[in-house]
Amino acid sequence: FRIMAGKVKWVTDIEKSVLINNFEKRGWIQVAENEDWNFYWMSVQTIRNVFSVETGYRLSDDQIVNHFPNHYELTRKDLMVKNIKRYRKELEKEGSPLAEKDENGKYIYLDFVPVTFMLPADYNLFVEEFRKNPSSTWIMKPCGKAQGKGIFLINKLSQIKKWSRDSKTSSFVSQSSKEAYVISLYINNPLLIGGKKFDLRLYVLVSTYRPLRCYMYKLGFCRFCTVKYTPSTSELDNMFVHLTNVAIQKHGDDYNHIHGGKWTVSNLRLYLESTRGKEVTNKLFDEIHWIIVQSLKAVAPVMNNDKHCFECYGYDIIIDDKLKPWLIEVNASPSLTSSTANDRILKYNLINDTLNIAVPNGEIPDCKWNKSPPKEVLGNYEVLYDEEMAQSDGTDRDLRGRPGQSTGAKGSRARDSGKPALTTWK
Amino acid sequence: VLAEQDSAAAQQYVRQGCPTALRADLWALILNISNQPEDLLYYEQLKSNVIQHDLLVDSLIYKDVKLTASNDDYYFVFEDYLYQVLLCFSRDTSVLEHFTYSSATPPKSYIQGKLGMEEYAVFYPPNGVIPFHGFSMYVAPLCFLYHEPSKLYQIFREMYVRFFFRLHSISSHPSGIVSLCLLFETLLQTHLPQLFYHLREIGAQPLRISFKWMVRAFSGYLATDQLLLLWDRILGYNSLEILAVLAAAVFAFRAVNLMEVTSLAAAEAVLADLSTLKVMPLLQIFLFATVT
Repeated sequence: FRIMAGKVKWVTDIEKSVLINNFEKRGWIQVAENEDWNFYWMSVQTIRNVFSVETGYRLSDDQIVNHFPNHYELTRKDLMVKNIKRYRKELEKEGSPLAEKDENGKYIYLDFVPVTFMLPADYNLFVEEFRKNPSSTWIMKPCGKAQGKGIFLINKLSQIKKWSRDSKTSSFVSQSSKEAYVISLYINNPLLIGGKKFDLRLYVLVSTYRPLRCYMYKLGFCRFCTVKYTPSTSELDNMFVHLTNVAIQKHGDDYNHIHGGKWTVSNLRLYLESTRGKEVTNKLFDEIHWIIVQSLKAVAPVMNNDKHCFECYGYDIIIDDKLKPWLIEVNASPSLTSSTANDRILKYNLINDTLNIAVPNGEIPDCKWNKSPPKEVLGNYEVLYDEEMAQSDGTDRDLRGRPGQSTGAKGSRARDSGKPALTTWK
Repeated sequence: VLAEQDSAAAQQYVRQGCPTALRADLWALILNISNQPEDLLYYEQLKSNVIQHDLLVDSLIYKDVKLTASNDDYYFVFEDYLYQVLLCFSRDTSVLEHFTYSSATPPKSYIQGKLGMEEYAVFYPPNGVIPFHGFSMYVAPLCFLYHEPSKLYQIFREMYVRFFFRLHSISSHPSGIVSLCLLFETLLQTHLPQLFYHLREIGAQPLRISFKWMVRAFSGYLATDQLLLLWDRILGYNSLEILAVLAAAVFAFRAVNLMEVTSLAAAEAVLADLSTLKVMPLLQIFLFATVT
């Protein structure tokens, strides 16, 4: 019987002030990895070691970590797509109305990931698809990299010859060591603001997958490219036009260190409401929430729902000029580097609110708790989806839990948009 | 109001502030901007003028945008639109018409060697308005409402010839900057005499701080959604006086802190950040709350 006295002992292998300042302000005590610790904010490499068969170790009830053991089911580009495809097929098989398709065979409610293939495994399938639209542009992304590294655009089959399965430059042996890539249909009609392309970075905290409980951070932001967008083929090589990763944009000539090319989501909302109208804007944001929840539901069955874990994901979403949101990828380790003063404040508050939810009262954790924090500690998070509440609730209510706003109105909007979403929101 | 396309009714309506989704259309109605093909053609003509010749004022515009809007959290996105609108604006001779009701006169340029001879004079720049530091901030907030450049241009031009020109020319008009300064000082002195006296004593004349807010119609100082609510009232009441009232209201709001400062620099620090202010409650408290 252990008395839960004393301060939380923390370790991290990520030397970022937004983290460390948050630990210190709670009066937590820094310890080394090999000592007794309660809270470990680890990099994705470390989580692999902790849960690996050879080097792993059992976590005790008073230890919490910031990743799920197999988060890569969601955060690796190829696995995310695989899981979503599987999820859709399952829903289709059980006749769920969510899996409804339109006359062109496209999913009405679940078509939120651009057409994607794994290379080299699906090379031939890709070629078939490519030939249907030979003027289309595709984006090649290495499965295991981040920050825009290794990404390039292609519009000719010859540009990816070396991933072809029967390429003369490869033998069967070397194929397995070829780095895995995904190739996705490039969204060449992104919504432009001020003539510039941007993407959305949203933070989503998952405290448990089964039952699914997730929170969305209200203060997401848009990342703008510094150069005006053009789909022209001569610019395909200009990464500044196409990739919104700050890591890449930072090296452009026009990068500005005051605002860092970032806009708040509230600016986006104001702009869209003013120029496009309130209804379509609300619909857009509803859809964004929808696709995030669906992506989490897709991986929930395969996730190792270890009680010692929580995770804060960085969702990357692109909006096209028809105001349809597309899920591009999910990051397990969203950058904690601050590119501007505002950024630093935002990330500091993000970690603060995350810790308030994951480590209740800032005290030594007990993994047996029900992971149901009171509303007051949410800070800038709002409940995105709470499966337990949804199931126990008798009425078809959309549970975004925004205090002060009539959830009735939200629920009926989902109804009006014709989505049978209520059966799963519940 | 929009269905009836009633401009006067729209002007009455926006006095209460616009819902965000309707603002663009309501302002266009008040300013009499419709989507006429002639207007679009005129704008295209201006654009081709931009491509054909450079003007020296173009450099001023570039510099201004780079120094102001490009560094602004809200407006940096619209940099390219600002260039487009302002470069066209400089070449738009129809703007000269507003000088008939302005106390200012447009600057003139004379063919070399013919100084003073009117037959050899042209207005320079073509629109008679030399841009100054911060000028682009008149256009920037409008980018949140109009994403189509020619409409954005027309709205801006109309806003300029109805309102903004008064903020940087000397006249006795009640909405002119001189009158606004007077109104501001009068309001402050009347309703917050202690504060007014104190600030003057420490060498922090209130107008020194509020002047820049009023000249820019608070653009770049307030959060965009608040600024738009303020400009709703400018359009609704067809007057810029509200700028002076808001300036005084800001001082009133921060009066407690201001009474404690002992230098101009400290006073400026107290009033440096207006981005969290909510315009309507501030105005209402100042105008209607009982003064103790």
